Amino acid sequence: MPEMRMRDALREALREEMLRDETVFLMGEDIGAYGGSYAVTKGLLEEFGEERVKDTPIAESGIVGVGIGAAMAGLRPMVELMTINFSFLALDQIVNSAAKLYHMSNGQINVPMVVRMASGGGSQLAATHSHSLEGLYAHFPGLKVVCPSSPADAKGLLKRAFRDDNTVIFIEHTANYGLKGDVPDDPDFLIEFGQANVLREGSDVTLVGYSGSVHQATRAAVMLQEQEGISAEVIDLRTLRPLDIDTVIRSVQKTNRAVIVEDDWKFGGFAGELSAQIMERAFDWLDAPVARVCGKDVPMPYNRNLEFAALPSEEDVVEAVLAMF
Amino acid sequence: MTATPRLARKAREAEPDIDQLLDFLYQMQLIRRFEERTGEMYTKGKVRGFLHLYTGQEACAVGALATLQPQDKVVTHYRDHGHAIARGMDPNRVMAELFGRQDGVSGGRGGSMHLYDASIGFLGGYAIVAAHLPLAVGLGLAANMKKENFVTLCVFGDGSVGEGEFHEALNLAVLWNTPVVFFCENNLYGMGVSFQESLSTQVTTLAAAYNMPAVSVDGMDVTAVYRETLKAVEHCRAGKGPYFVEAMTYRYRGHSMADPELYRLKDEVEKYRKRDAIDRLKARLMEGGHLDGAGWEAIVERVEKVVEDSIAFADASPNPPIDTLFRYVTKEPGDA
Repeated sequence: MPEMRMRDALREALREEMLRDETVFLMGEDIGAYGGSYAVTKGLLEEFGEERVKDTPIAESGIVGVGIGAAMAGLRPMVELMTINFSFLALDQIVNSAAKLYHMSNGQINVPMVVRMASGGGSQLAATHSHSLEGLYAHFPGLKVVCPSSPADAKGLLKRAFRDDNTVIFIEHTANYGLKGDVPDDPDFLIEFGQANVLREGSDVTLVGYSGSVHQATRAAVMLQEQEGISAEVIDLRTLRPLDIDTVIRSVQKTNRAVIVEDDWKFGGFAGELSAQIMERAFDWLDAPVARVCGKDVPMPYNRNLEFAALPSEEDVVEAVLAMF
Repeated sequence: MTATPRLARKAREAEPDIDQLLDFLYQMQLIRRFEERTGEMYTKGKVRGFLHLYTGQEACAVGALATLQPQDKVVTHYRDHGHAIARGMDPNRVMAELFGRQDGVSGGRGGSMHLYDASIGFLGGYAIVAAHLPLAVGLGLAANMKKENFVTLCVFGDGSVGEGEFHEALNLAVLWNTPVVFFCENNLYGMGVSFQESLSTQVTTLAAAYNMPAVSVDGMDVTAVYRETLKAVEHCRAGKGPYFVEAMTYRYRGHSMADPELYRLKDEVEKYRKRDAIDRLKARLMEGGHLDGAGWEAIVERVEKVVEDSIAFADASPNPPIDTLFRYVTKEPGDA
């Protein structure tokens, strides 16, 4: 298996899906001549031409709406919104049209569209450009929400997204674009939605994350093992909708403790949902309240030290685990 | 039950012939009575939720929709019953949808503002103002990319013009040369605010600013609506890109059933009722000797039967079973 960075794995997925299915096309802000603001689509304009790799005006609502219309007519568009921060401008189209048309039309119209966006803080981009709102999209029935943590997952999940008959919100953490890993080059390599990945087996505590926070959880698990002799199991959710809660529950029934790690704000975030589901289904197995290690409840500051303090760290995870024993 | 789009006994002519005008008269009367009776059903509690009646604007739907071919697509706003009926949607299933019943076009899941019948290219009423304009551009883009010769008629109200999506959609439509007819039903009010108070210029000026051909037409003259929309549709079908039609019209009823109409005078309503599209076409056909009192009575009776049948059909249709609640949330392989 070739080793590649996540951005290259994503590009491979797009390329393979465009070669496989001529109804797949890409549109978005600076995806063509510029090559994508995170270089994911670099070279695709040259390979596939302007018809299938469309640079768009900066008009998030408009281009997502165009994607919905194209999908209604039988095409499979991928719309790149550059970052999740700009996706709020398209929120109505995503929530009121893409997520609901299938239901409201009694199954007559579906919207097979992939909407890609980058998320996450940590780059000193300050409050308007540092959101981690994967959980926001997971709130809406009718959407699928995918957040890969590794190059291989990114490829397998993005290829799977183009085979779905619904709108898939595909969210990539900016800190993950440069990650390297082995990536299968089989054009039929797919990762099914709703299958969490147990990255590390353990017996004392379950650490749950997705996208960027998987890496804090994994580093914390190593620290716990080496420094405290605590065996932590690490679960990468991969998709928030559909959610593989069964894998989480099985793990908690084994370890009797759960810590959820998430970049997003704690208040009203996805960690709260997970915590509630664990409580509902595994209350009798818990030896401690479910803990949440999340972003602090402030708009993201620009200053490096303040930003670092606002984001969850592996030390925060270790501290939360130790408080359970 | 699959409806077929009305139309096309022959290629569209620039001027409708007498048979077509008689059909326009029938359709406008059908929509008028369907809406009046729907209002009564609302007061009886049979129709719930928001209800926006189309009375007064019938010439827009009938004139514009008559220019389309079966392969064409329609997206429209939430005051959508008239367009649905003009496109050939089964009135029984429209009324059943308003009643929220299983046999409704949207299975009782959509209601008045969300009518869909994909089998006739009627891809929805949209209840978020201007949200469907970008969708229409996407449909047009797909027509180009798939090399399918369908035109998308996108109907919206003057209230849409202030929304960002209006501007995004017009810009994209021209940039990508999409076959979309933007059809603005200017009924003078976005809910209760007159369009003069909410727009700094004229509607067609905005369309022209995006390099789109734009025309304003008397929306209470069905022939004029038909004539100008046909030009627009033919322009699109010839691959010349989008086209904008503004139809000046007037709604006789309030914005919705909850509207006390404090923002306009009764005199204004009366003024427009004197220009009623149905009355004008009826008078024209009678003056020309193409319709007499008995002929009109026959139209009225035919319409009454269709509307009464639709109410009976809707009343007899069951509620969707509770165990179907979770249907159609996402589409999965193997779904029924």
